[in-house]
Amino acid sequence: MDLMVIADNMPAYLAGFRLTAQLTLVSGAGALVIGLAVAAMRVSPLGSLRAFGAVYTELLRNMPLTLIFFFAVLVLPQFGVVLPFGYWTAIICLTAYTSAFVAEAVRSGINAVGIGQAEAARAIGLTFGQSLTSVILPQAVRSVIPPLINVIIALAKNTSVAAGFAVVELVATGRRLAQQNPGDVMLLLVGVAVFYLLFTIPAGQLANLLERKVAFAR
Amino acid sequence: MADSTAVDPAPVVVDGRPTGEPLIVLDHVDKHFGALHVLQDVNLTVHRGEVVVVIGPSGSGKSTLCRTINRLETIDSGTITLDGKPLPAEGRELARLRADVGMVFQSFNLFAHKTVLENVTLGQIKAKRVKPSEARTTAMEILERVGVANQADKLPAQLSGGQQQRVAIARALAMRPKAMLFDEPTSALDPEMINEVLDVMVGLARDGMTMVVVTHEMGFARRAAHRVVFMDAGQVVEEADPETFFTAPRSERAQDFLSKILTH
Ligand SMILES: Nc1ncnc2c1ncn2[C@@H]1O[C@H](COP(=O)(O)OP(=O)(O)OP(=O)(O)O)[C@@H](O)[C@H]1O
Ligand SMILES: [Mg+2]
Repeated sequence: MDLMVIADNMPAYLAGFRLTAQLTLVSGAGALVIGLAVAAMRVSPLGSLRAFGAVYTELLRNMPLTLIFFFAVLVLPQFGVVLPFGYWTAIICLTAYTSAFVAEAVRSGINAVGIGQAEAARAIGLTFGQSLTSVILPQAVRSVIPPLINVIIALAKNTSVAAGFAVVELVATGRRLAQQNPGDVMLLLVGVAVFYLLFTIPAGQLANLLERKVAFAR
Repeated sequence: MADSTAVDPAPVVVDGRPTGEPLIVLDHVDKHFGALHVLQDVNLTVHRGEVVVVIGPSGSGKSTLCRTINRLETIDSGTITLDGKPLPAEGRELARLRADVGMVFQSFNLFAHKTVLENVTLGQIKAKRVKPSEARTTAMEILERVGVANQADKLPAQLSGGQQQRVAIARALAMRPKAMLFDEPTSALDPEMINEVLDVMVGLARDGMTMVVVTHEMGFARRAAHRVVFMDAGQVVEEADPETFFTAPRSERAQDFLSKILTH
């Protein structure tokens, strides 16, 4: 057992880490945009939009992520939708899955603002969109940020599912290195873990800090 | 505020008949909450410049009635027209209508993250596309009128209840509404603050604002209302001028209700 095995394979680790970071950032950004839109649907005055938003979140949120990947890879092609294998499949599946959690976090933040604020906004003639952007979301944002950080942390870990679908991110890198150096499996996997923790622990701390701040402001 | 030197507007009611044309008209309005029939065949006409006080026991449907007028609640059947036009369904048209009907809530509902001034400019800027500088001028005039101009830069939470409610009235007035709805505007206030809000409302009434006011403040009804509407169990049971209603109610239900609130 030899720490040098990690140093020797640093380029592979960094390449894997870069891909994991990319999957997290790109899917995270996409999930924020879509999740916000779905949350808006769920509180909209139109029943059909509310229903669509509810079905979307409940379906995606309550399925294993791996199954979503299998759907994308095995079932969609039967309907003529062929996703480019690997990276983009991963981005699309991670975005869709995570957007449901974002929508749920944003929706509970919106609900926490209180119906009176929305009614007052509508009563002075603001449209639904205007009430949301000028009155509801600015007040929801404080309580929504900590749970959103936790959603992104979960996403960072969930990117590892892509390892099973030809994306050589951190976990796939670790598996390859372990196969090449059977004597150093534990150390190599600890190396993988450290790269995750480098991101997830500080992010978790930040979420805790902000959560306490919100609690104080109440 | 109309002080004693202001010229009185033309009388709203002559010989018990309103002189203005109908502004708010509810025609055979029915509404249910599930199995509960909260509004039962309600007919009500409020004329321009008229002040109507709605009174009745808890749960009788007063708030619901108020909220259907600017469509915060939908109705099951019947029609509601405002200034001759039926209430539009959801959308931009409805938003425009709501700007024409000011609403004041029991719990103020000021925008908690915005200053007093911003509370009063927001609707003008967003819904009426008034220039921000112009909106500020209008807002300061109205805040002056309701007596809270010196609080303009504070957040709502820093104000007393009475001040908050006056800001809420200013926020509604800033949209230059055709009518104002008040749902128990003084019920959440400490007793010493009730009058500062009622005085503002009496001033509005004197200036000729069309008002529907849900309140149990008989003093206000006597000072400012042209008509009292008594509701019970989702029905409009009785309508009369305030003096007649409070001294000689016709229906048994109104007599019963008045005897209860008068002994308290
Ligand atoms: N959103 C709702 N869903 C179900 N029931 C409701 C809803 N809003 C009101 N109700 C019921 O409808 C009835 C009428 O309510 P409403 O608030 O209009 O009465 P109110 O006359 O304003 O009473 P109060 O004097 O207590 O304010 C009550 O029985 C109430 O419980
Ligand atoms: Mg009520």
